[in-house]
Amino acid sequence: MKLREIKEILDCEILFGEENLEEEVSSACGCDLMSDVLAFAQVGSLLLTGLINIQSVRTTYIANSKAIVYVRGKRPDEETVHLAKEKGIPLMSTKLRLYDACGKLYLKGLRNASEEAKLTSARKEIV
Amino acid sequence: MKNFMMVQSIEVKQYKITGRDFKNAGRVSEEIKMLLEQMKFNPEIVRRASICIFEAEMNVVMYAQKGVVDFLATPEKIEIVVRDIGIGIPDIEKAMQPGYSTATEEMREMGFGAGMGLPNIKENADCFEIASDVGKGTRLTIILNSKVKNK
Repeated sequence: MKLREIKEILDCEILFGEENLEEEVSSACGCDLMSDVLAFAQVGSLLLTGLINIQSVRTTYIANSKAIVYVRGKRPDEETVHLAKEKGIPLMSTKLRLYDACGKLYLKGLRNASEEAKLTSARKEIV
Repeated sequence: MKNFMMVQSIEVKQYKITGRDFKNAGRVSEEIKMLLEQMKFNPEIVRRASICIFEAEMNVVMYAQKGVVDFLATPEKIEIVVRDIGIGIPDIEKAMQPGYSTATEEMREMGFGAGMGLPNIKENADCFEIASDVGKGTRLTIILNSKVKNK
């Protein structure tokens, strides 16, 4: 799913990365604890989080995730945005809560890639 | 084997980590990740090594007064030793359980304390050793082979 579509679905304000909106994310991870992100997020994924400190961007960089949507109308400080610019990580903010934001994207087809794989193999087993 | 051949150089570096410095926590990992990218390691190896170092760095920041990272990268492997002076780990087996955490409320507010730190290191390293002396400190040895791990 393109970042532009995500922006529209979640009615996001763009904090950084206006020129990156044509880029795609392959999956998404909704999470406030950064070690969980490192354990479960996939390469090229979108992070949805209520954590607005600089660690949100560092974790995204370390995990090779693609972009961040901050939920509940939260906005990170300047230093965090600065690091995101340095690392080329687009940042957006939505007024939606984490659960609702994830639900909307899920309904529009943005899934967790490993879950998709599991579903596919489960279907094969049934057949 | 193409990626393996691309890494030509050897890098030996040492980094210092300051305990309780939550703002700069992760800087060392950032630097090492950039270095590994420059050395042209396979992106999946870089990601796995970075996750290991990041988790180790966070543990030092949360639970130790200070720590040192000894970093060695050769065409064959990445070896990271993280030593700290700190409270140590009384029960390593428990600490290795996913979800087990002794993080404080302050740490959780910062986004830490998922209880996935050591399990994440174990998951991503090819070789992981941990030794701890309660009241003195902890030492982690993390090794990744340069070839991509098949899961």
